[in-house]
Amino acid sequence: MKLDSKIPSGPLGQKWDKHKFDLKLISPANKRKFEVIVVGSGLAGGSAAATLAELGYSVKSFCYQDSPRRAHSIAAQGGINAAKNYQNDGDSVQRLFYDTIKGGDFRAREANVHRLAQVSVSIIDQCVAQGVPFAREYGGLLDNRSFGGAQVSRTFYARGQTGQQLMLGAYQALSRQIGLGTVKMYPRTEMLDLVVVDGHAKGIVVRDMVTGEISSHAADAVVLATGGYGPVFYLSTNAVGCNVTGTFRAFKKGAAFANPCYTQIHPTCIPVSGDHQSKLTLMSESLRNDGRVWVPKRKEDCAKSPGSIAEADRDYILERKYPSFGNLAPRDISSRAAKEVCDEGRGVGPGGLGVYLDFNDAIHRLGAAKIRERYGNLFDMYERITGENAYQQPMRIYPAVHYTMGGLWVDYNLMSNLPGLFVLGEANFSDHGANRLGASALMQGLADGYFILPYTIGHYFASSKQTRPKADDAEFRKVEEEVAARTKRLLSIKGKKTPRAFHRELGKLMWENCGMARSKASLELNLKRIPELREEFWNSVNVAGEAGDLNQTLEHAGRVADFLEFGELLCLDALTREESAGGHFRVEHQEEGECKRDDENFAHVAAWEFQGEGKAPLRHTEPLVYEEVHMSTRSYK
Amino acid sequence: MNIVNNLFHSTLGKKYLMALTGAGLFGFAVIHMLGNLQVFLGPEALNRYAHFLQSNKELLWPARFGLLAMVALHIWSAVKLSAENKAARPVGYLNDPAPPAASYASRTMLMSGLIVAAFIIYHLLHFTVKVEPVNLTGRDFDDLHVLDNAGRSIHDVHQMLVIGFQQPVVVLFYIIGVGLLCLHLSHGLSAMFQSLGLRNKAWWPALQQSAKAAALLLFLGYIAVPVAVLLRLVK
Amino acid sequence: MEKGMNLTLIVWRQKDAKSAGSFATYAARNVSPDMSFLEMLDVVNEGLALRGEEPIAFDSDCREGICGTCSCVINGVAHGGQKATTACQLHMRKFRDGDTLTIEPWRAKAFPVVKDLVVDRSSFDRIIQAGGFVSVRTGGTPDGNAIPVSKEDSDLAMDAAQCIGCGACVAACKNASAMLFVSAKVSHLGLLPQGKVEQDWRVLNMVKQMDAEGFGACTVTGSCEAVCPKEITLDNIARMNRDYGVATAKGK
Repeated sequence: MKLDSKIPSGPLGQKWDKHKFDLKLISPANKRKFEVIVVGSGLAGGSAAATLAELGYSVKSFCYQDSPRRAHSIAAQGGINAAKNYQNDGDSVQRLFYDTIKGGDFRAREANVHRLAQVSVSIIDQCVAQGVPFAREYGGLLDNRSFGGAQVSRTFYARGQTGQQLMLGAYQALSRQIGLGTVKMYPRTEMLDLVVVDGHAKGIVVRDMVTGEISSHAADAVVLATGGYGPVFYLSTNAVGCNVTGTFRAFKKGAAFANPCYTQIHPTCIPVSGDHQSKLTLMSESLRNDGRVWVPKRKEDCAKSPGSIAEADRDYILERKYPSFGNLAPRDISSRAAKEVCDEGRGVGPGGLGVYLDFNDAIHRLGAAKIRERYGNLFDMYERITGENAYQQPMRIYPAVHYTMGGLWVDYNLMSNLPGLFVLGEANFSDHGANRLGASALMQGLADGYFILPYTIGHYFASSKQTRPKADDAEFRKVEEEVAARTKRLLSIKGKKTPRAFHRELGKLMWENCGMARSKASLELNLKRIPELREEFWNSVNVAGEAGDLNQTLEHAGRVADFLEFGELLCLDALTREESAGGHFRVEHQEEGECKRDDENFAHVAAWEFQGEGKAPLRHTEPLVYEEVHMSTRSYK
Repeated sequence: MNIVNNLFHSTLGKKYLMALTGAGLFGFAVIHMLGNLQVFLGPEALNRYAHFLQSNKELLWPARFGLLAMVALHIWSAVKLSAENKAARPVGYLNDPAPPAASYASRTMLMSGLIVAAFIIYHLLHFTVKVEPVNLTGRDFDDLHVLDNAGRSIHDVHQMLVIGFQQPVVVLFYIIGVGLLCLHLSHGLSAMFQSLGLRNKAWWPALQQSAKAAALLLFLGYIAVPVAVLLRLVK
Repeated sequence: MEKGMNLTLIVWRQKDAKSAGSFATYAARNVSPDMSFLEMLDVVNEGLALRGEEPIAFDSDCREGICGTCSCVINGVAHGGQKATTACQLHMRKFRDGDTLTIEPWRAKAFPVVKDLVVDRSSFDRIIQAGGFVSVRTGGTPDGNAIPVSKEDSDLAMDAAQCIGCGACVAACKNASAMLFVSAKVSHLGLLPQGKVEQDWRVLNMVKQMDAEGFGACTVTGSCEAVCPKEITLDNIARMNRDYGVATAKGK
């Protein structure tokens, strides 16, 4: 396999402009002759579908939700970064670029990240014009807040619902095109496979989730914007419907999967309350501005009420370990600190999986009213979920899987190694390296959809000169039959365990052995256990209901089946990456508890190629060549 | 003709029609009440006022047609919207509870409106057309006359009221009718501002209270006459 | 561990859009007060599946109250009656051991039942497609700070823009009126200078589509506002009525 990143030549700051000029164009009259399939309707997919349609392409958009407005981008809280320098505090494209590269622990592709920082500026303008109600100052201009990993205020926000507002902006742009007839929307439709004809991605096979009908759609290009794979851990901050099927099916059709081991764990989530738990809820990182993280010094105190534990018997873990950053240490570091003390048996709450986030000092210092003003909605949410009043007793928090930096490998044009297959947003691997900074996911999704793909896809059409197959060609028939057979098989097993039970078990394996801390032994254990679990799944899963009907168990079963294969790939990637970087922490590679990168041997992207059922996938590498930035060690002590 | 189309063929347009005609009818109700209250100024004042209204035919009939048109439009839009509303919710909920936050008045607008319409018909037969059997007194109100200052014989409205409201059953029906009208208005008046969009957050609580207060005042103003007659305060 | 609650569920079951539905009764045993309402249904469904019965179909996705997917009427109240809370955020500690809960789908002509508790809300999408946007294309937009927006208008727009499109307003309204949903979008865009340009056109088109979908009219009962998980207010409906009147008076 050839991994050609197609990074343009020339100085870093001029690559994108030069590249845009070099890209071939399609004349306006010819654009409507090209059909594009976009899978996923979140920030990346929604913005891409709308923009491609505005340009004149014929677009088909697919989502599994009942409406394109519900994609999980909607749940993002904090904000979106842009190098506007409205605050006059020294921000610039160069600085946003550098912060993002450093935040990613020097494992992202330099040219992509620089382009991201460049187009970030246009995203804000675009969203304002669409009517996104960003927070404003009294003078009527846009407000900014600061966010983790940056020393400037460059984050634009709409209360605690920035993702929702940007999402609705993209949804409205998409709706306008649907109304104009340039986009055909397929809600409640799940992509179950990719169709490759003569080496090019030419269509997808989908299941109508209401009627169960399996059908094919052919196109000149396929765009996957299907999000991340967080739910391979079962519990995550993702929506319960999020899944890896789109990207994993593409992987099995020849697309390389890059860096699956880079997963981000967010430190401030509400802990698990029992086996019934279906998802975890994120509490904004901003809480750590006023909350102090602690656990009892002695195990015996863990069951006591927090108020009865004397100051001297408390261990303020982040303040002790990272005196200069204290409670504001970065996500990966704070998460591991919480895990460490819980592993020592000093965790609090049910199952000992939690640490306190205490606002008592802040309430004494600032008054409860001030705290309510700052965090009232979060305290309310905490109370709805836990039944506890965080004004009176400390919150309990625990880390949870939040975002996945890995994804399908793409070149500078966002095209995978399979020609005609473009991958956007969280589904690709390109911009965040081994760790994503806060307020960067929204930026990347919209950059890809509004400002990058619309340029690069035309170049593919103009240079590939491919013809579009028909949706009833032999290759489509074959894939449809495979998909139907798989569905039939899932329904016919009639075993003793539900898909959810398997998913929960897989999640436990992934979380315990491939979560915040990974070792050779734990990963090898998973590489043994996951195939066993997969075999058990195919022998004894119980999928209720029928194929020709709305069947949520069947949908879930198909997704779990893919997670059961994908989890193994993730562990394999984690095992072979013999270093620690960002969200990937190998206990063998640390320096006083901190990540120890190995730039000599692992300054590369690992891209996995499927070799056939039952065969080990092949690991390819794309070296990360840094022209501008010097790799250094992150330190927050 | 977008204006006609928007008004007659959309839900919002029909709400506009209902609000505008409701506003007109409310205005009439206020003037009518003020007219009635002249009964407390003595027979002469009331009879003079009634004669003034009756004798200006060129004003009277357009006013009557205007009122009739408003009533017709008000009822038409109400019935039409009500049918559409029922069609929009063909299946209800098991043990359908009272909708949260909806006042009794707001949930019974159609019923109170229809009963008020029936009451108005009775009222017209009673005092305007003066159909003898409905007044339950055995007397023909058309026969009541009095001489005015100029010595002309005019209809003795004062006497008609006094005789008419000495019937407790009739008074009871009036109290119920007017009561329902005011219940209707207690919601309708504020809903009118809402339907026309003539309110904002700052005014809304005050508007709702004012609507209720206006409805209550109207109720007191209207029942003052029959009750006063029944209690022999007006003879 | 404390013993969980035992509940009786009376649930609407309907095979598909064409079939007639009916209520079925299930026992939910040993329910933890820490479960969310939907997690309680998950557990009931696991039991049904293992007994060879078909699980109850219900919509949900983010399960943190923002995507607007979850949609059930619990004891006659959309989302179950906790203030500013979606069904996915409603927790079982709000109920008592021995309670009987009725669980029904949103009921409206414009929201036909797809299966069990799942309804088709594509009518909302079509209303947005009719005008719930600002007609700008990607690129060529002025600088974000080129047009100042007063903080007050921006905050009001954000209040309205928080709508999650769940449809609880329609479910709660005795007329199945979509006025709260439509007016939230009309207000959000109309309050901002970027959206004001097309306001007349927008409000007329969205209302036209709303009527065509078969939603009822607003009788100002306030039920919608009471169940709205994002606390969208009737102020928005008044604002839309005003905008509609202005557009009509202009002869648009």
